[in-house]
Amino acid sequence: MTLATELGYRLVEEFKADPYRITKYLEELYERVERIEPRVRAFITLRPLDEVVKEVEERIKRGDTEGPLFGLAVAVKDNICTRGIRTTCASRMLENFVPPYDATVIERLRRAGAVIIGKTNMDEFAMGSTTETSAFYPTRNPWNLDRVPGGSSGGSAAALAAGMATLALGSDTGGSIRNPAAFTATYGLKPTYGLVSRFGLVAYASSLDQIGPMARCVEDLAMLLSAISGHDPRDSTSLDAPPRDYLRLLREEWSREPRLRIGIARNLVEGSEEGVRRCVERALDALCSYHDCEDVEIPYPRHAVAAYYIVAMAEASSNLARYDGVRYGIEVGVEGRSWVEVFKEARTRGFGYEVRKRIALGAYVLSAGYRDAYYVKALRFRRLLKERLYGLFRRLDAIATPTMPILPPRLGELVSDPIRMYLSDVCTVIANLVGIPAISVPAGFSDGLPVGLQLMAPALEEVRLLYLAKFLQESLGFRNLVAEVV
Amino acid sequence: MSVRIGLEIHVQLNTLRTKLFCSTPSDYHDKPPNTLVCPVCLGMPGTLPVVNRRAIEAAIMVALALNCEIAPRILFVRKHYFYPDLPKNYQISQYDGPGMFPYARKGWLRISAGGRTKIVRIRRINIEEDPGKLTYPTGSMLTSPYSLVDYNRSGMPLLEIVTEPDMESPQEARAFVEKLIAVLDYLGVCDHRKEGAFRVDANVSIEGGARVEIKNIGSAKDVERALEFEIARQRSVVASGGKVRRETRHWDPVRKVTVPIRIKEVEEDYRYFPDPDLPPIDVPRSWIEEIAEKMPELPDQRIERFVKQYGIDEYRAAVLVLNKRLADLFEECAKMYRDYKKLADWLITDFLRWVKDLGIDLESKKVEPIAIVKLLRTLDEGRISIRMAKELLPKVIAENLDVEEYIKRTGMEKISDVETLKRVIEEVFRENPKAVKDALKNKKAVNFLVGAVMRKTRGRADPQLTVKLIEEKLREIAREI
Repeated sequence: MTLATELGYRLVEEFKADPYRITKYLEELYERVERIEPRVRAFITLRPLDEVVKEVEERIKRGDTEGPLFGLAVAVKDNICTRGIRTTCASRMLENFVPPYDATVIERLRRAGAVIIGKTNMDEFAMGSTTETSAFYPTRNPWNLDRVPGGSSGGSAAALAAGMATLALGSDTGGSIRNPAAFTATYGLKPTYGLVSRFGLVAYASSLDQIGPMARCVEDLAMLLSAISGHDPRDSTSLDAPPRDYLRLLREEWSREPRLRIGIARNLVEGSEEGVRRCVERALDALCSYHDCEDVEIPYPRHAVAAYYIVAMAEASSNLARYDGVRYGIEVGVEGRSWVEVFKEARTRGFGYEVRKRIALGAYVLSAGYRDAYYVKALRFRRLLKERLYGLFRRLDAIATPTMPILPPRLGELVSDPIRMYLSDVCTVIANLVGIPAISVPAGFSDGLPVGLQLMAPALEEVRLLYLAKFLQESLGFRNLVAEVV
Repeated sequence: MSVRIGLEIHVQLNTLRTKLFCSTPSDYHDKPPNTLVCPVCLGMPGTLPVVNRRAIEAAIMVALALNCEIAPRILFVRKHYFYPDLPKNYQISQYDGPGMFPYARKGWLRISAGGRTKIVRIRRINIEEDPGKLTYPTGSMLTSPYSLVDYNRSGMPLLEIVTEPDMESPQEARAFVEKLIAVLDYLGVCDHRKEGAFRVDANVSIEGGARVEIKNIGSAKDVERALEFEIARQRSVVASGGKVRRETRHWDPVRKVTVPIRIKEVEEDYRYFPDPDLPPIDVPRSWIEEIAEKMPELPDQRIERFVKQYGIDEYRAAVLVLNKRLADLFEECAKMYRDYKKLADWLITDFLRWVKDLGIDLESKKVEPIAIVKLLRTLDEGRISIRMAKELLPKVIAENLDVEEYIKRTGMEKISDVETLKRVIEEVFRENPKAVKDALKNKKAVNFLVGAVMRKTRGRADPQLTVKLIEEKLREIAREI
């Protein structure tokens, strides 16, 4: 195996022994990128190899090699601000936007020694489930180039699956990490709301958004989560949780392999496509051969989708109001025109159809006369769902569902059928509405297409999810799956 | 005709070190445009607001001073409207509606106007962020080919104080504003003289007619002027058989008139909802008590204390106290000078008039209390006349003139020495034999001789003593004849 596709936690050991191996690793990685990227198109911005190598070598010269992720190549979703590297949100609106600040997670990655190799493609402003609403180009699924990689963090997932990055950051508002993880046979975790700072994450829906780690094995996922999580005074919704070393917790405290009580969301399994069901059942068999499983029902799944889209669109209509072309972003001629005309042109030219639609719907559900029927009701439902889920967690340690009820669709298939696209988020939106952590684990392949299993746990029980994911990784053997793109 | 006036006042908390949701310095007045900004107050992508707790404490202080109920939690909401000076195109504010509430409500402030005291109720107080500021190269929106935005002001902490329509005259409205300014001054939370730091909108209706809103009033005096103009305008509309329309008007401080701006046909839909970036802030009783303990003495308390401690009446106490610098000067003088009533009278009449005429700002110009005290002492000791005291006062104010030293140096001291005066009177009598003759016959002619003595002494002769000595001298001459 080449260094390029080796797992992160092994690479850091190797680099500790010989930091100059990093150069070779990066060269091999970039060779793969050069070969594969033109067909997959996972990146929006890719930093040149020599710049990246120079950055690492300078750190070695300074003796600054102690970071737990030292030398590892990370692909970052393009809605996470990176100082000096343009951050587009896959939108014409921010096509030339270069932030003068780093997101907190980026600061932490840099401190941990990781190397950001590029910014990955996504659905425009994270609004979509396929990475097709990107204003630039769609990303293709490395396992089957006719298929979408999922979304909205599709670029990050595809970069991992194609072996073009060792670690990746995504953001998850209603499944945007777990959906593409499932579609690309990678691991993705949406942390507890508030565990990872949102400072520098371009907001889609503030009460649902979370940045999370993506990787090709549970160990890497744990390592990346340890690096990015923890309290941040710049984010008022950040939790005051003490920093934890998730990899150490997995290897030490959880190595006794306790038997856990797991609820199988039978209604969500039954509601899934045939191929998904088969893979998920096999994975559940493995899980339940050791752990104590019982069937449960997730309450009102379709209502959850409706409530999710109401809240997400309402907040989006507000969060995206700032894009008017005045201070940054798209440039619009102003001479002799009123500000209303200028704003209109900026927002019409700058935003794609899906974004404009969600802003319009979001403004609608917040407007006088409709607010109570939509927004307020959705909030009530959100509280109810939380109560019901925590009711289940009184006797369960975790709940298992398929990550996606469908197999990765063909390009164009899902975007042309928005209701079906929205409903495909049925399993993932729950964790965002309730604020709990959820992980997607590779569960197998159906007709060569990846399927993911999702596990949810109560707030701040990330390590429990990582433990179960590792259990599945070991039982099913799906670790470090790299698609050979031909 | 009955008049109802309600006020909506924006108060910038501009004495804090930083803005409301970021750590950018807040002393933006007189700074070049867009030099006090950061990614947060520019609303850049991915940035998040973090509440400045000192601003919350200042806001709670104001609410306590206005006798408000304080909400157990402070909840920020987003108020949406597009405008080029608003970086996020929504304002982080507060709202009174389902699931949303202002941080303070149901308060009151006591005012005195036209010799009577009344209570004006406060409906609510919001805390919110100030937008940036549009500037026009020609100074006018209509003639400028483009406009510029200065975001230095963006994110400044702002209180919106809304009263009930409890005021019944422009004088009462002015008294309310003056009292509020005094309260803010005592709390030290707002320098109201900074441009844009204190903005008043007034709502006024007469005889149950439609409510007219007047925007853009910048001072207490203009509140009175604008309302007087507007009430007169509404009365003439009614007198000529018309009906007052519900509208919004703009106060033009130069022409001193109100002019119509836009007519509100529909209530704008601001699509309020709780800001998901800002979890509600708990305000426990203990925090409020802690803040209350740190509160300085407020105007009403000080007025009461002045009455008790110095034995002056409430009117004089109020005039002194509403001008904090003046009240401070009074108290400093009172440590050295015991005739408090006389001291108060001097300060609230001649002193204030001169301060105004000389264009002196008591905020920046320190008048030495000892200089005032020396002036009053030399007057009391009879060493200067009241006329001289009044003449010297402007120099005392402007230059902290040491009156004792000055009268010694210039020989301006009043002549109350009998021997000296007698010598002068001898002289006058010698020089004016005719006048002396007249005076012997006619008592009224004595005045001419007094005047002559005064002229000779350049006004320094003690008038009473002079009259007495002249009369004695005349009696002497009469006996000799």
